[in-house]
Amino acid sequence: MRYLSLTDDDRRVMLATIGAARIDDLYRDVPTDALLDRPLDLPCGMGELAVERALATLAARNVAAGSVPFFLGAGTYRHHVPAAVDYIVQRGEFLTSYTPYQPEIAQGTLQALFEYQTQLALITGMDVANASLYDGATATAEAAMMANRLTRRKKVILGGGLHPHYAETVATYAHFNGFTVVARPPDPAASDDPAVLIDGETSCVIVQNPGIFGQVRDFGALAASCHKAGALMVVVVAEAVSLGLVKPPGAMAADIVAGEGQSLGNAIGFGGPHLGLFATRDHHMRQMPGRLVGETHDAEGRRGYVLTLSAREQHIRREKATSNICTNSGLCALGFAAHLALLGESGFTRLAALNHAAAVALAERLEGVPGVRIVNDSFFNEFTLRLPRQAAAVVDALAAKGVLAGVPASRFWPDRPELADLLLVAATETNTEAEMDNFAAALREQLR
Amino acid sequence: MSDWSRAVSGFAAEADTGDGHRNRGLEIEELLLFEQDAPGRSGVDWPEPPAVADRLGGMRREGAIGLPGLSEPQVIRHYTRLSQKNYGIDTGIYPLGSCTMKHNPRLNEKMARLPGFADLHPLQPPATVKGALALIDTLAHWLKALTGMPAVAMSPAAGAHGELCGMMCIHAALEARGERRKRVLVPESAHGTNPATAATCGYAVDPIPAGDAGRVDLAALRAKLGPDVAAIMLTSPNTCGLFESEMRAIAAAVHGAGAFFYLDGANFNALMGRVRPGDLGIDAMHLNLHKTFSTPHGGGGPGSGPVVLAESLARFAPLPWLVHDGDGFRLIEHAEGEAAATIGRIKGFHGQIGMFVRALAFIMSHGADGLRQASGDAVLNANYVLASLQDVLTASYPGPAMHEVLFDDRFLHDTGVSTLDFAKAMIDEGFHPMTMYFPLIVHGALLVEPTENESKAGLDRFIAVMRSLAERAKAGEAEFFHTAPHLAPRRRLDETAAARKPVLRWRKPAQAAAE
Repeated sequence: MRYLSLTDDDRRVMLATIGAARIDDLYRDVPTDALLDRPLDLPCGMGELAVERALATLAARNVAAGSVPFFLGAGTYRHHVPAAVDYIVQRGEFLTSYTPYQPEIAQGTLQALFEYQTQLALITGMDVANASLYDGATATAEAAMMANRLTRRKKVILGGGLHPHYAETVATYAHFNGFTVVARPPDPAASDDPAVLIDGETSCVIVQNPGIFGQVRDFGALAASCHKAGALMVVVVAEAVSLGLVKPPGAMAADIVAGEGQSLGNAIGFGGPHLGLFATRDHHMRQMPGRLVGETHDAEGRRGYVLTLSAREQHIRREKATSNICTNSGLCALGFAAHLALLGESGFTRLAALNHAAAVALAERLEGVPGVRIVNDSFFNEFTLRLPRQAAAVVDALAAKGVLAGVPASRFWPDRPELADLLLVAATETNTEAEMDNFAAALREQLR
Repeated sequence: MSDWSRAVSGFAAEADTGDGHRNRGLEIEELLLFEQDAPGRSGVDWPEPPAVADRLGGMRREGAIGLPGLSEPQVIRHYTRLSQKNYGIDTGIYPLGSCTMKHNPRLNEKMARLPGFADLHPLQPPATVKGALALIDTLAHWLKALTGMPAVAMSPAAGAHGELCGMMCIHAALEARGERRKRVLVPESAHGTNPATAATCGYAVDPIPAGDAGRVDLAALRAKLGPDVAAIMLTSPNTCGLFESEMRAIAAAVHGAGAFFYLDGANFNALMGRVRPGDLGIDAMHLNLHKTFSTPHGGGGPGSGPVVLAESLARFAPLPWLVHDGDGFRLIEHAEGEAAATIGRIKGFHGQIGMFVRALAFIMSHGADGLRQASGDAVLNANYVLASLQDVLTASYPGPAMHEVLFDDRFLHDTGVSTLDFAKAMIDEGFHPMTMYFPLIVHGALLVEPTENESKAGLDRFIAVMRSLAERAKAGEAEFFHTAPHLAPRRRLDETAAARKPVLRWRKPAQAAAE
């Protein structure tokens, strides 16, 4: 086996040193009848070429987004990732290192994460960020639990624009962790004001911007309502690129930002691994979940970085930790940071503007299709169409014609017939005008 | 310092090369990205966006963000230089106990980047992702067969997330029986995530002391069991590197009390292809694909933590579910039909598919025979380290060890050298230190996990260095240890200062001074 370095001679010599006759003897603490004496009835090992063939065959049974006109978003967005990013994340020193517990030989990871924390604080308009969580959904659940700790309250209100996977994840955590969730119904018109539900028990209101239906909203007034009642406002950002053009949560007085960072530096990857974004205000930092990198100095006075405020974490505080998280999304955060480093201020704002322009261009084409209406008053790079028939059937029909048209709302809410004709459509810098024309023509044809 | 290095440092003393870099040879000082900024510069050439009437609803961002501008070569150099300050598995042995830092095959990376996997959207029509669903099912089949369990939940994002998933399923099963139990038993030697997970899941944590042999004290466990105990969270092999030989008796006692048996599978690398935990009476266990199945740790993540489940827990598994349907698969994304009892969704989309591809490439490369050889070699390597060091270091327990071996700091008694000092001295010798001060049940723990990848020659060098360091400590060279590391990119870092006044981000010097 090509990954194993011991030879049979080595094994003999080593067993002799140990004083064992065979490897099985080292398993003598395992009940004899539970010790398998032969390989399981499963395939034997394969060379690299054979594995490549087998997996390439599986991959070929999928329709890759880049091979067709493609307009899906709804929480994971297809952007162009510069070649340099993948080179950086594949550097073995980053790829194959552990959580930086030994800072003297992990300054690369630590400095890169310190920079990531700074970038994230800047683009969200917040003070501080952590070194990543799993994904947008779990980051949102962690935000709810952090708000509960800070306010010593146990009621969480979810806005009607929150990604349904995030809402469902918060609800699952709530059931077992022991807090209450009041979820507003899906709100395609973006007219709902969750402030009416805030009471003295409310720990936080969680809203998303842009919302799952694409609308861009100002939650400044909601923040004021929250703060007046002693509650916090959590703003979720599921499309990180939007922060290059849209007013950030920090400018709306958000207390916590949770979100999904996949858009920068990471593939859509069938939904994972992704990157949980998490940022807050300075005075809340000690209640944050997850790893934090801080600046310090070494014994010679040179600047350096370490994992810090570990007394919040499971390996020190055990059942009193702020979260049970250990492994996070470090390499995804590195990809995010490298992509944003390449873009810089001008590249990031331009990328965001290109996304908005692409969505506007697509909206203009689709609005021209008879029977199709855009639900949104506002959007960034994603909006919702109301079709004259069930959206899921239209999506399947267009897929059969080689156009991946978007996400039907019924994929999230099959039990809400009032949403069955809604289609969530995203456009990014990767979409060409020809693809948009193709989509509009196919939709026109399909609805004829 | 040698004459040569003195000469060099005299020659280049703190020379600022103009762009802020103070490098000597391959000793690199790298400024922050933000200190290399030139406004307007970018490493990506995006065209000027077309003029459109914006539809942002008046929500346009105002003012500058403050991101630095660098060119592509500057960014490449920045991260390449940073990478050279890191130790990785690719650099050398990385013997972090209970972390299973094994080789990360590049084939896995190549496969995960096939557009047919990497460039798939999780909400595409299922008919367009048949290969991805088949991949998940194939990996699921292997995981069930290797553990001897009937079901697996694939979506957990990492080990601790898998623990949470498993404990939620247990909680749900108890609720379905109309029971509201309050306590979870966790051995003192457990990973910190176990008690943290139990607490996140709403339980009070009740620690079980370890017996003298480093294993769970069965009598103490039995005494703790009662009608309000929901589960035990056990690790086997445990963090002392020992197989919990009384797992069946533990299972019987736990089940007899109406509770569930959660096994932390972080140390499954010892068992792969040799022991199926399902044969020992467990109810749930997570697998760390980023440990046992070689997906990279990436400086902290991402991981993947599928949870195998007993029949009694399977119907509570989180969404989504993948079920066989004729020749293909059906993706169940809502709590309905056969998934009506699900705990619900615990993360976005379907799980860490990129990690699944890597893990499956690893599994297919090994096959059933290779996985068995790999676990055997991992255990052999650990026992070889134990046998070769037990006369100079103090092993906490006699062997046989499983895939990792635990030493404590008795051998450093009266030397003035701590486990931390010893670890830092290992850095000077070119090694990443082992896990230190964990588990908590022995004093000054040194937990060594070599994995199956190390060669005998590599282990012999590691052993020789450990012996030599132990001898130097005993010979009174404490000062050398106290000041280690001497040869790393940084000397010892002041963690107390970092925590006392946390600086978690860069700020413009004027801005920082004002605060």
